[in-house]
Amino acid sequence: MSIEPSIKYQAQRVNFGPSQIILASPKGRFSIRMQRRSVVAGVVIAAVGMVLALWSLAMGEISFTAAELLNTIFGNGTAASERVVLSWRLPRVVMALALGAALGASGAIFQSLTRNPLGSPDIIGFNTGAYTGALAVIFLAGGGYFQIAAGALAGGLITAALVYLLAYRRGSQGFRLIIVGIAFSALLASFNSWLIIRSELEEAMSAAVWGAGSLNAIGWEQAKPALLAAIVFFIAAAMIAPRMHMLELGDDAANALGIRVERSRLLLMVVGVGLTALATAAAGPISFIALAAPQVARRITRSAGVQLGSSAILGAVFLLLSDVIAQRIVPDTSLPVGVVTVSVGGAYLIWLLLREAKRN
Amino acid sequence: MRAQLQISSGSMAGRDEDPTALSAIDDPSRQEPPSAPETDFEPEHAGLATSNAKRMLGFVLAMLALSFCVVLSLAVGAKWIAPVDVLNSVRGIGTPENMVIVNDLRVPRTLVGLLTGLALAVAGALIQALTRNPLADPGILGVNAGAAFAVVIAVAVFGLVNITDYIWFSFGGAIISTVLVYLISSRGRAGATPIKLTLAGVALGAVLGGVSSGITLLNPEAFDRMRYWGAGTLNNRSMEMVLVVLPFILLGICLAFFCTRSLNAISLGDDLAQALGSNVQRTRITVIVAVTLLCGAATAAAGPIGFVGLMIPHIARWIVGADQRWILSYSLALGPVLLLLADVIGRIAVPPGELQVGIVTAFVGAPILILLVRRKKVSGL
Repeated sequence: MSIEPSIKYQAQRVNFGPSQIILASPKGRFSIRMQRRSVVAGVVIAAVGMVLALWSLAMGEISFTAAELLNTIFGNGTAASERVVLSWRLPRVVMALALGAALGASGAIFQSLTRNPLGSPDIIGFNTGAYTGALAVIFLAGGGYFQIAAGALAGGLITAALVYLLAYRRGSQGFRLIIVGIAFSALLASFNSWLIIRSELEEAMSAAVWGAGSLNAIGWEQAKPALLAAIVFFIAAAMIAPRMHMLELGDDAANALGIRVERSRLLLMVVGVGLTALATAAAGPISFIALAAPQVARRITRSAGVQLGSSAILGAVFLLLSDVIAQRIVPDTSLPVGVVTVSVGGAYLIWLLLREAKRN
Repeated sequence: MRAQLQISSGSMAGRDEDPTALSAIDDPSRQEPPSAPETDFEPEHAGLATSNAKRMLGFVLAMLALSFCVVLSLAVGAKWIAPVDVLNSVRGIGTPENMVIVNDLRVPRTLVGLLTGLALAVAGALIQALTRNPLADPGILGVNAGAAFAVVIAVAVFGLVNITDYIWFSFGGAIISTVLVYLISSRGRAGATPIKLTLAGVALGAVLGGVSSGITLLNPEAFDRMRYWGAGTLNNRSMEMVLVVLPFILLGICLAFFCTRSLNAISLGDDLAQALGSNVQRTRITVIVAVTLLCGAATAAAGPIGFVGLMIPHIARWIVGADQRWILSYSLALGPVLLLLADVIGRIAVPPGELQVGIVTAFVGAPILILLVRRKKVSGL
């Protein structure tokens, strides 16, 4: 029996959605389905990040040619070039990429959890609490890098735990969590600005530099613990990503799909907070990447919701780019990278909104 | 097991994002009898006050609280002046010392507190209604960032040191940045949708904030001035400042109440509002103009004070439900209550000095907000 031509014509016009790529292990135990556009965009952005990383390793007060750089990286460089590239510049570049990815991924997790484009780890007060912890260390103990990092970590985690506990009542509710988080952040932000006002100008300014987020103090010694933690959290994030997308369907639907809603939410929150905590402890509360990276990635990949992988890749490249700019924009001074992330990220988001309007 | 499911179904998706549904969730007593999981016989958007008579009564109580706070603000400070003496000083028959303190210091300060409090609260209610986002505060349109950026320019580039010089810079910065946010978000066919407004505001605020902090971190003088301006204070306000901001705030309030009905329609969604005959585009523009006037004037008068605009509308909504007319009225009354109370506490908290009102506001407001968001619905309240 033959199919009527008109029906055939209609069948060809059925839209099956964006084209997909499916990777699976031989017996199909593990499989992953990705949109072709997301994969292509991710690869392109990662390639841009790679080029940028090599460029920022080579360029600076002492510059190297491409050949010199490659020789140094593969262990055939001079003592001087090895010192400059491998000991000074490389940890900073690697940390920029790792912390940027951590911030982007945690932003995606929180925006998905709260189903709100303004959702970020900030809403549970983590960064404000970390700033309070760091200020306490700076003003009371006058500590160095690791003391400040520990203070920030303690301040942030205590705040996040308090917010979660105060919002907990037969399950943590998205909305209640947000409100308690805002209230706590406002409280601590006020306390921070009071600390800044009543301290000496010089001390206050150095505290404000930490508060803006900076990669200036980073060498291998500082980078190692952070990178180790980053690997652990990235693996955890990759494992819970599918659950994150099912939770977006709403608690009822996720329940029906076999997800333990409350446990998954807590798990997501722990990973999200862990990623932010690591970045904040290592480099201060670098703002805006967690907010902007998921939104920008969503627009580039044209996906329906925020995505973990593309947000992480974009966050990494974004922080590296910001750090390259921060080191060079004002001669003889290295600005805190957080100042640049907000300006550049904001400008890019504006451009994206304008372009989107034009296309429609 | 069944009961467990019902409890979670009572706090399900959809409502998470709806602040007004908050009072109707999570109370186990409401889940009984087990055979009827949907025990929401009341409309979902009802607040604590279920009839207009109760809402009116609450409004009168709020106004009484406001009057009490005004008297408190005139009487309390480094020198306690009894309410009777305050009244005499205002009428011009008090002791010379009291008359200076009350008429030249506390009356302008109280008026600025009153005006900024109500302006911020109403602006917050408007912007939360327009964007349908409970996280939105007036700062979302870039008002605070624009004002701060203009003041940084005034300090760092023009070297201005006088508070009165900052007023026009701050107001101008607020207006320009809001206009920019609107222009960015209104491109395209859909116009200034809530999500685009929010993102554009956040983006522009980030750019301006980043440049501001870059400038201040390189310029110790500017950093020093900005850390005080940025805290927000009612100290050292003069009668001239009151008169400068008064017309803008009055105009903003009029515009706000003019579009309450359309905002009620918009709360159903833009499409449905359009179908109901409400002019969504016009309402958006009116609301944005009102928010700019209110928040710009408030920030010019007292510096960037956060939290009032965010918190008061939530509280108003929990009391009165979803009707914007009531939410706006309650915000009008409760905003100044919070701000004046915070200012009074700031005056006596750390003698002999003072705490900036912007700092105290969060300390007074945050615990209240947390308590309220955790409460169960108490029947008959």
